[in-house]
Amino acid sequence: MKRDGVIRALLLGVALSAIFGLALITVFIFREGVPIILHVGVRKFFLSTDWDPSLGRFGILSMVVGSLMVTVGAAAIGVVFSLALAIVLTQFSPPGLSAALKPVIELLAGIPSVVYGFVGVVTLVPLIRHWLGGPGLSVLAASIVLGVMILPTITSIAIDALEAVPRSYLEGSIALGATRWQTVTMVLLRAARSGLIAAVILGMGRAIGETMAVIMVAGNALDVPHSLLAPVRTLTSNIALEMGYASGDHRKALFATGVTLFAIITLLNTAALAVSRRRVGKRRAP
Amino acid sequence: MVGRAHAGTARDGATVSRFACVFLAVVGLCAGCTRTSGQSVTLLGSTSIQPFAEMLAERYAKEFPGRLVEVQGGGSTAGLQAAERGLANIGMCSRSLTPKEALVFTPILIARDGLALVVNRNNPVADLSIGQLRDLFAGHVTNWKELGGQDGPIRPITREEGSGTRESFVRLVMGKERISGRALTQESNGAVKELVKGDPAAIGYMSLGLVSQELKAMAIEDIQPTVENVLAARYHLVRPLLFVTKGSVTPAARMFIDFVLSPEGQAVLATEGLVGLR
Amino acid sequence: MKPMVRQRLAVGFMWMLTGITFAVLLFILAFILVHGLPHITWAFLTQSPASMGRQGGIFPMIVGTVLVSGLAVLLAAPIGVGTAVYLSEYTREGRLTSAIRFGSDCLAGVPSIIFGLFGFVFFAITLGMGLSVLSGALTLALMVLPTIIRTSEEAIRRVPNSYREVSLGLGGTRWQTVFYVVLRSALPGISTGIVLSLGRSISETAAVMLTAGSGMRLPRSLFDSSRTLALHFYLLSREGISMPNAYATASVLIIAILALNFLAYALMRKFAVKASR
Repeated sequence: MKRDGVIRALLLGVALSAIFGLALITVFIFREGVPIILHVGVRKFFLSTDWDPSLGRFGILSMVVGSLMVTVGAAAIGVVFSLALAIVLTQFSPPGLSAALKPVIELLAGIPSVVYGFVGVVTLVPLIRHWLGGPGLSVLAASIVLGVMILPTITSIAIDALEAVPRSYLEGSIALGATRWQTVTMVLLRAARSGLIAAVILGMGRAIGETMAVIMVAGNALDVPHSLLAPVRTLTSNIALEMGYASGDHRKALFATGVTLFAIITLLNTAALAVSRRRVGKRRAP
Repeated sequence: MVGRAHAGTARDGATVSRFACVFLAVVGLCAGCTRTSGQSVTLLGSTSIQPFAEMLAERYAKEFPGRLVEVQGGGSTAGLQAAERGLANIGMCSRSLTPKEALVFTPILIARDGLALVVNRNNPVADLSIGQLRDLFAGHVTNWKELGGQDGPIRPITREEGSGTRESFVRLVMGKERISGRALTQESNGAVKELVKGDPAAIGYMSLGLVSQELKAMAIEDIQPTVENVLAARYHLVRPLLFVTKGSVTPAARMFIDFVLSPEGQAVLATEGLVGLR
Repeated sequence: MKPMVRQRLAVGFMWMLTGITFAVLLFILAFILVHGLPHITWAFLTQSPASMGRQGGIFPMIVGTVLVSGLAVLLAAPIGVGTAVYLSEYTREGRLTSAIRFGSDCLAGVPSIIFGLFGFVFFAITLGMGLSVLSGALTLALMVLPTIIRTSEEAIRRVPNSYREVSLGLGGTRWQTVFYVVLRSALPGISTGIVLSLGRSISETAAVMLTAGSGMRLPRSLFDSSRTLALHFYLLSREGISMPNAYATASVLIIAILALNFLAYALMRKFAVKASR
């Protein structure tokens, strides 16, 4: 029994050190970042496109727009393919095949970001430059690369969401004479809607945090992109490009960018949670 | 039941003590090793100087086996900060120091380097004036045909803010004008080179010593970007390459610096297209 | 349009998209491996690089990767699993535990570059560890800790309560219950989470770039700077230093990740079989 007390104390110590470590990061980032936002002015920081550290100007709007454009683009591409994948694997493919294909999708998640970026630079960027114009390093290139990268995330959550729909719903629909496809569109997707939306939101959360692949294919220009073919700089790329040499206020501004990302991702996570909770509520209906 | 409990506690004890051993071993490994700042030399900074420093480091290691020199990139400003905070023994900086910086750091000139304006090999434009360059990078001139080339958009490529190459470019060409927000940003000489290699409409600036056959370096104000022209101070865009230190230098670092400034070290730099001190 | 016809078209379209997805995956893997595998020789794997990576091999990078990622997971796994055990077995569900869980979930989603920024400023500069394996490992450990806590907790919570009740009913202490019953059953999920975290830390580039540095020499202590495989690949390919070596480095990286994925998958199946006995 005494041993149990010792173990319990040990585990408490471990848990406290973990919590301490994670709290340290959060506090550190906020302590470095928030004062500079207040110093520059909340409006100037978030709504100005003027980012010029040597002149002390820290407006991150063009990078916020950049991040959002690229993330939405990635979600648009990701959603199409992920949804198709999830529907096919749960409804229209033989169980052996789907069991074999699921780990293959997880494989996509394991490929390093730099490999995606590299393949994108070598194959996708010249294609865009040649056929669509512009430098090739663009919002489009970043969206496509990111879309592929978040595919596994969206797909696995979507599969969970689809599989959670009670079989009785589907069987009922078929019994009423609907085709399987009609069942999918009119029953399955509607019942799983919240879970699917949560999947996309979480995919977007992953996309917005991506750094290396984006640096390689997005062009990193400071202007707000005026079209899909224009180069773009995201919040994460900005941090990565400048953190090596930033000091003083500049470095604090990068932490402030980190705070911004933290806030955006927390928002997305909370939204995904709220949306998926609604699904559970709906299912309680008889 | 009781016996099993005893066996359980014995095995628990073994696990815990095994874990403790591993933990202590790791701590011991950390505590036992010292910062290697006494033995090896670390250089950090300019991506323009980096390849040359690497070459010098390899030659140095060959001449004096066992003397290790570590070279890392990051850009000139990062190099200065690394020297300041002790992250590196020597900071590599490819621009001259500002007055404020000169109060803190000790610069050592190791060579001079031309700043080349590079375009794709297929670009017919072969020379520009400094004024044209300035307009181009500021975004006032946006089509190659305005500069005597083929009709098509100009894509300027710039370096990140902490880059000594960029800072030198701004001082020598841009003056008061700001570089256009449209310019693509790359974080090293090599990345600029790769981009210009692949894009016929691109133009970027980089270390003259790192230009290769695959690119075309433009003449500026009708002066060709050659080592002779840089040596003779005819070529307009020249910047210093510095090893920067703060405070006292470790003996190992001093030995390496002496090597770089020696005739042998300078010969290595000269063969690679840098302009030596002699 | 007849419903069956519409179904045929729709399903056909979905299969096409599925096919495209797998084709893209195959293309990426093939692109790297086809260009890179021919250049992987024993010499390549055991030599040090020369001339900035143009010649020589990648041995220091392999060592660096193993050191940085291995140490990171070695630190994060016991702490993460221990925390998960404490949160789910030794405390009552309350606002504190849900707050901790929420915080941990949030941090699991925070971009790795922010961990890198923190690690650079805190470990490398403030604590004076410099650009070193240690700075990199500590940063990565913090990065994967939330994920390990979360996956471990999920795995532990999935263990049926009846297991615990039976164990306690037979006279076991809480710790014996946890260690011999709960953890054994949760082991597939926990180890999968750890292996996947290992995979994630091996692929990490942004966070290691400014904590472990980019030194090309073999690290002789934890305080030496070292370059990981992913970073080496990034630098070689980005700066056009050596494309064949870049592809070869990426191939080694991908093979390592494939092996880890396979390990995770095998672990999951093996322990699932054991648990069901």
